[in-house]
Amino acid sequence: MKPSSRITIITLLGFWLTIFGGLPLLLLLVTSFLGQHPEKFFELNFSLESYRQLLDSSYLDILLRSIKQAVITTLLCLVISYPFVWLTARMNKRNRNIVLILVMIPFWTNSLIRTYAVRIIIGTNGLLNKMLLGLGLIDSPLRLMYSETAVVIGLIYLMLPFMILPLYANLEKFDYRLVEAARDLGAGNTQIFLRIALPLTLPGIIGGSIMVFVPTMGLFYVASLLGGGKNLLVGNLIHQNFLVSQNWPLGAAMSTALILMLLSMLLAYTFILRKMKSREVAG
Amino acid sequence: MKPFRIIYLAIVFLYLYIPLAVMVANSFNVNKYGMRWDGFTLQWFSAMLQNHSLMEATRNSLLVAISSATVATVLGGLGATCIYLYRFRGRKVMQVTLLTIMMIPDIILAIGLLVLFVITGVSLGFWSLLLAHVTFCLPFVTVTVLARLQGFDPNLIDAAKDLGASESQTTRHIVIPLLKPALLASWLLSFTLSLDDVIVSSFVTGPSFDVLPLKLFSMVKVGVKPEVNALSTLFVGISVVLILICHYLTKENKR
Amino acid sequence: MKKGVLTITDLSKSFDGLSVVKNFNLVISQGEFVTLLGPSGCGKTTLLRLIAGFDKPDSGTIMLDDKDIGCTPPEKRQVNTVFQSYALFPHMTVFDNIAFGLKITKTKKSELLSRVQNVLKQTQLESLAHRFPSQLSGGQQQRVAMARAVVNRPRVLLLDEPLSALDARLRQEMQIELKKLQRNLNITTILVTHEQDEALSLSDRIVVMNQGAIAQIGTPREIYEEPKNLYVARFIGEINQLPARVEEVNNSGNLTINVLGKNITIAKEIDCAKGDRVHLLLRPEDLRISGDIDEAMPRFSGSIIDRRYRGATLDTTIRLDTHDITLQACEFFDEDDPDFDYSIGEKVEVSWVPGWEVLLKDET
Repeated sequence: MKPSSRITIITLLGFWLTIFGGLPLLLLLVTSFLGQHPEKFFELNFSLESYRQLLDSSYLDILLRSIKQAVITTLLCLVISYPFVWLTARMNKRNRNIVLILVMIPFWTNSLIRTYAVRIIIGTNGLLNKMLLGLGLIDSPLRLMYSETAVVIGLIYLMLPFMILPLYANLEKFDYRLVEAARDLGAGNTQIFLRIALPLTLPGIIGGSIMVFVPTMGLFYVASLLGGGKNLLVGNLIHQNFLVSQNWPLGAAMSTALILMLLSMLLAYTFILRKMKSREVAG
Repeated sequence: MKPFRIIYLAIVFLYLYIPLAVMVANSFNVNKYGMRWDGFTLQWFSAMLQNHSLMEATRNSLLVAISSATVATVLGGLGATCIYLYRFRGRKVMQVTLLTIMMIPDIILAIGLLVLFVITGVSLGFWSLLLAHVTFCLPFVTVTVLARLQGFDPNLIDAAKDLGASESQTTRHIVIPLLKPALLASWLLSFTLSLDDVIVSSFVTGPSFDVLPLKLFSMVKVGVKPEVNALSTLFVGISVVLILICHYLTKENKR
Repeated sequence: MKKGVLTITDLSKSFDGLSVVKNFNLVISQGEFVTLLGPSGCGKTTLLRLIAGFDKPDSGTIMLDDKDIGCTPPEKRQVNTVFQSYALFPHMTVFDNIAFGLKITKTKKSELLSRVQNVLKQTQLESLAHRFPSQLSGGQQQRVAMARAVVNRPRVLLLDEPLSALDARLRQEMQIELKKLQRNLNITTILVTHEQDEALSLSDRIVVMNQGAIAQIGTPREIYEEPKNLYVARFIGEINQLPARVEEVNNSGNLTINVLGKNITIAKEIDCAKGDRVHLLLRPEDLRISGDIDEAMPRFSGSIIDRRYRGATLDTTIRLDTHDITLQACEFFDEDDPDFDYSIGEKVEVSWVPGWEVLLKDET
């Protein structure tokens, strides 16, 4: 590239990232320290009111419940994905590609549409209830809709590919001969899993977990569509404060708290990764 | 493979596909509520086409998706090339910012941008959507393009210069042709991300510019709408085509 | 000084304060095949990149014919490179790869066609012209990389470890082809390698490099038979090293040295005085064991501690009885005694062919 066009591109991208990437986050942080005002979005004075309100039990409840749901979703995604990916990684190249494409098709389909599809299935008159009734497993339809379970089912459904793909990227590189070597040395299945597979695939596990956990807390439409008004996520609260009650400082404070929590998780992740790397080098 | 393993894979796939399959089936089902199969019909597709507000929202969404995918691919593609080829001040900061945008939940970026737009007086509509969508697509484009660039033999560019090609000739004859599959894949990914986006769009669009996710959201909140099934079926079909194209392109990459 | 195609004078280059090439001087004449030989990190690749123009020198000049090209960008130099990784353009056919340089310089279509065809024929790639690089074997890719460089008729051809990615047998074949092509086209060539075999068999002259400086320049024979310092002696081929001391410097140019307690007189002229510490260096193939020893030569007794049958030769490791020194020997099988062999632990006497030794001053 010519030096002039090179400078133009770098400047343009730099400006874009500063104004639409960095600045909004900074504004959010500033907003969280502003005073609240019943009619306007905010009042221009320094205030810790929003952070004080965050400690209010009703908000803390939702935050904790939201974390709980995100954790359950992440764990279930992991439990479902790990064996799935493990089996896929052992396949020949062609089958592997087919499986991956099949995983990615839902991933590329509008997530609102997919949430809606889940609703069709688990509704009181949905396919799931009909099947269970037909098989005689239950006498009356399960009331799954508008419950925490429904939200978690929907979240798993949406987030599963986000667990499968990073795990796959990691497990694909896993040398299966290590398992054979361990077996040759007399290790049983449990030992192989705990001592060989788990430590070596830990980066993939943590990476996938972050990919699932982080967006989950923001998926307000899943909670709205499947959880009704009762099972809220942090995303719903932020959504409400910004678009309904227009209490920006409170919404911004919630976002800041969310970022801080996620940031600490990310730091822990990089710390673990670095530790593993240094161990590899030393070993 | 042992039968147990096949069953396991099958169950996961059933979980992923049954909801989609039921939805697709219902879009052709005479029974409006999808309680049982009452026969094949295309009436929901025509109902969909006659629903003007739904069609307008679809048009708006496609417009935003195509424009933001194009801007993000051009800016991100060129930017990634600069990040790969040159060492300049702020290069690290740029990469960290891109990573941050990719990692933070959409909702955070969305409200941040909302605050920015309201304060600076950008009216909420097509332009605010475009700016926001380009922003969250950029990291995905740069990651895809950088991965492709890093997959090259680093000597290729030296080789072209060695054979007499100037900077611009190297870009034209070597860098851009080699990046073509990655750029196409980036465009498709950005297009899908933009079309799929619910969260950012909810915050940065205004009442005058209705987009698909919001329209769908308000429609399905109140109950089953067969024309939504029809539209969704159409989108699933498009996704399948796009992903096959993408897969073909990445295969090309490895050749 | 002899006038050359490429004249490098006092060239220096450092990265992050680490000096990689130091005051390098070299003159290469038309059609010559020169090899830069050394272990990795000795600066040979940096030197090549300086000549190609990918890096800029800190000081010194690089003259191509009569022009200083030190600061000319690579695309303006009449120098072409064959990269270690070949760096073939993956989206172009063999033909387009080879024609790239000619297209860039806007060569006439008819001339371009005939030149590419000609090179394709010389490198036996005619039938592969429309394949993509990914559809070629390693050896074929290597040939394309060669063809792509030579078709531009560079004043100097640079080869950066061009054969290192090939397996041993193919490498031998390619060495022969490479030499043939270079001779036919009479292209001045600089090869960078860490393979001494490659350097010895291909080059007119070898530049042995050590930490950015020249350790020795000479023909392959000079480098192998008369290494100028311990570094070169050890780097090229196997060599046995025995400590010795100068006993007497005779007027006629002979030296008497003491090796492991024995005095011998050697017809060598090195700059030394009585009492200096020196090294006696002996190639394994110059050692003689037991029966073949010249009467006038000193002999050392030892025992065989290892033997390795190598087909054409029998290699042995001998530990001397009196000193903690092991020697490597390499003997050819001869027709008179096809069964000759040693058993481990066998007592032998070792000596060498008079005049084939190398004597170097101790450098420490």
